Amino acid sequence: MKIHEYQGKQIFAKYGVPVPKGYPAFTVDEAEAAAKKLVAETGNDVVVVKAQIHAGGRGKGGGVKVAKGGPAEARQIAEKILGMQLVTHQTGPEGQKVRRLYVEQGLAMDRELYLGAVIDRDRRRIAFMASTEGGVEIEKVAHDTPEKILTVHVDPAVGLSAYQSRELAFGLGLEKHGKETVGKFVKLMASLYDVIVKEDCSLCEINPLVILKNGDVVALDAKINFDDNADFRHKGWAELRDADEEDPVELQAKEAGLNYVSLDGNVGCLVNGAGLAMATMDIIKHYGEKHGVAPANFLDVGGGATQEQVTKAFSMILKSPKVKAIFVNIFGGIMKCDVIANGVVAAAKELGLKVPLVVRLEGTNVELGRKILSESGLAIQAATTMADGAEKVVLAVSGGAK
Amino acid sequence: MSVLIGKDTRVLVQGITGGAGSFHAKQMIEYGTSVVAGVTPTRGGETFEHAASVGTIKVPVFDTVAQAVKKTGANASVIFVPPPGAADAILEAFDAGVELVVCITEGIPVMDMLKVRRVLETLPKTRLIGPNCPGIITPGACKIGIMPGHIHKPGHIGVVSRSGTLTYEAVGQLTALGVGQSTCVGIGGDPVAGMDFVDVLTLFEADPDTHGVIMIGEIGGGAEERAADFIKHKMKKPVAAFIAGTTAPPGKRMGHAGAIISGGKGTAAAKIHALTEAGARVAPTPSEMATTLLSMMKK
Repeated sequence: MKIHEYQGKQIFAKYGVPVPKGYPAFTVDEAEAAAKKLVAETGNDVVVVKAQIHAGGRGKGGGVKVAKGGPAEARQIAEKILGMQLVTHQTGPEGQKVRRLYVEQGLAMDRELYLGAVIDRDRRRIAFMASTEGGVEIEKVAHDTPEKILTVHVDPAVGLSAYQSRELAFGLGLEKHGKETVGKFVKLMASLYDVIVKEDCSLCEINPLVILKNGDVVALDAKINFDDNADFRHKGWAELRDADEEDPVELQAKEAGLNYVSLDGNVGCLVNGAGLAMATMDIIKHYGEKHGVAPANFLDVGGGATQEQVTKAFSMILKSPKVKAIFVNIFGGIMKCDVIANGVVAAAKELGLKVPLVVRLEGTNVELGRKILSESGLAIQAATTMADGAEKVVLAVSGGAK
Repeated sequence: MSVLIGKDTRVLVQGITGGAGSFHAKQMIEYGTSVVAGVTPTRGGETFEHAASVGTIKVPVFDTVAQAVKKTGANASVIFVPPPGAADAILEAFDAGVELVVCITEGIPVMDMLKVRRVLETLPKTRLIGPNCPGIITPGACKIGIMPGHIHKPGHIGVVSRSGTLTYEAVGQLTALGVGQSTCVGIGGDPVAGMDFVDVLTLFEADPDTHGVIMIGEIGGGAEERAADFIKHKMKKPVAAFIAGTTAPPGKRMGHAGAIISGGKGTAAAKIHALTEAGARVAPTPSEMATTLLSMMKK
């Protein structure tokens, strides 16, 4: 789960990671009021207006602007940014509509650095990465000049040690800003480690982390992703979720307890199990690529889905305008084939089946499942294997055209 | 012969009184697995009963794993405890000296698994399979997990996989061709877990009863690349592979917590390339996993 920068900074502040003063704004009026408040609090006319969307590269896309002329200029900038379709390297060409702003105090910066933490799954450790190349895409730095990224791994039994933070601090040359700056960085690192562990972050990135002219170390950005598996122990996450930033169909699926990802193709897929669901997409593409046939979605109904969940899942596929045919591919283990069959029939009877449907059933209660489908009166093409099913669904969409 | 489990494996079920735990405990007993104990804190002293086809089986329930191991001599544990208590259940099994721990639970926070892995590193004899996995089966001898037993057949092919249903798919294909399996291990779909491909391939290579291996990977992480390195330098037995997620978009989590391409790393293409270079044969479609392996074993 992703959250906005301003929400990340509120969490940072709670744990003692230094952040600039700022206020979120949902309207132009609120943005102007926020700027007024900041100018009064800091005695500095410079404020920054930042678009809040769940994607990086906002500055480059024109979503972050400095207002040197106080609240009036901040208002003008807010008018431009709020409601714009912000395009960055992470949004795709259609961009993302800006619905929220964050207005922040301007600071006198000396240097921009990069600081990030991820779960290094191959080392089974939290890894902190720091670089002198702040404010730019870190993926590019990692690719072009990997030697400029410093890394430390944290032993979960011990936690982050101060010497590891000092290693990064000296690697970044922070002693040049005074020994207090090294100390401030070490303190920030300790707070950030607390954020990651206690808030169950799967990713935590500060790009840029800035050194101010007075030697202070401040997080000028905050990107936090939460580990969805930990939501049972974070009741507050529900409030941080911004439904506008998520694919509406994916959100609907999540609420129904289904794993769903929207794709660009034309064959709707309903599958049990994540691996089989991916493999089903792959095999449709394998047979369909030269006929312009591709999967429209990833959908894993899971092992313990009820008939209601299957009905919901199949309805979502039926309602999608881009779907020209449907492939149901089930290898029943815990999932029983008759549950799938009943769910499919219920949804098809309710919404009507207007596109070709290919079904491949295998495993637990397969005979019962097949019987339910054949007695339903629905026009279903039965497939014997995954390959057979994929070929049939490709033919159904392409009409056999070569 | 087989790897990790066999007829003499004595299984304890953590979470045996819960919905999933009790259902699958019965299924395991039906398959012939020797289920010797159950653990549910505060339910110690109760008896778990199953009217099996061979007569009623009574399994004693204990409050702690340590008690269960002491009283029954259980040497493997399977965990059906829900996510909030699952990591704790794994650690309890480790501490009681259980040497094979299989965790079925899906949805354990990665922070919890980092701690579990850290403890596991200090226990050279202990093996963890999963979490978020179907378990392990030696057909005809012992099933520890949730896979449908009837699709399996005793034989000489080892199967190791990050995906449950794709394992069933591979096993189904093998059995349909009359080819049996030595042991099938589902290592699970989480980013931080127990045994990985290399650990299981090492056992298959050393097992005289395993003649060939099907390995099923997916996008995310570098476990398949490490397996490729092992296959290239350490394995003589044929390995057929399939990697799911060729069509998966980057940055999207595809069902499994670990199935995500991040920062351009963990793509199916890179894994297929590494495995092919290493001498494994990668099935072009998931329908051809068994035939791909058999084509390597013909001579």
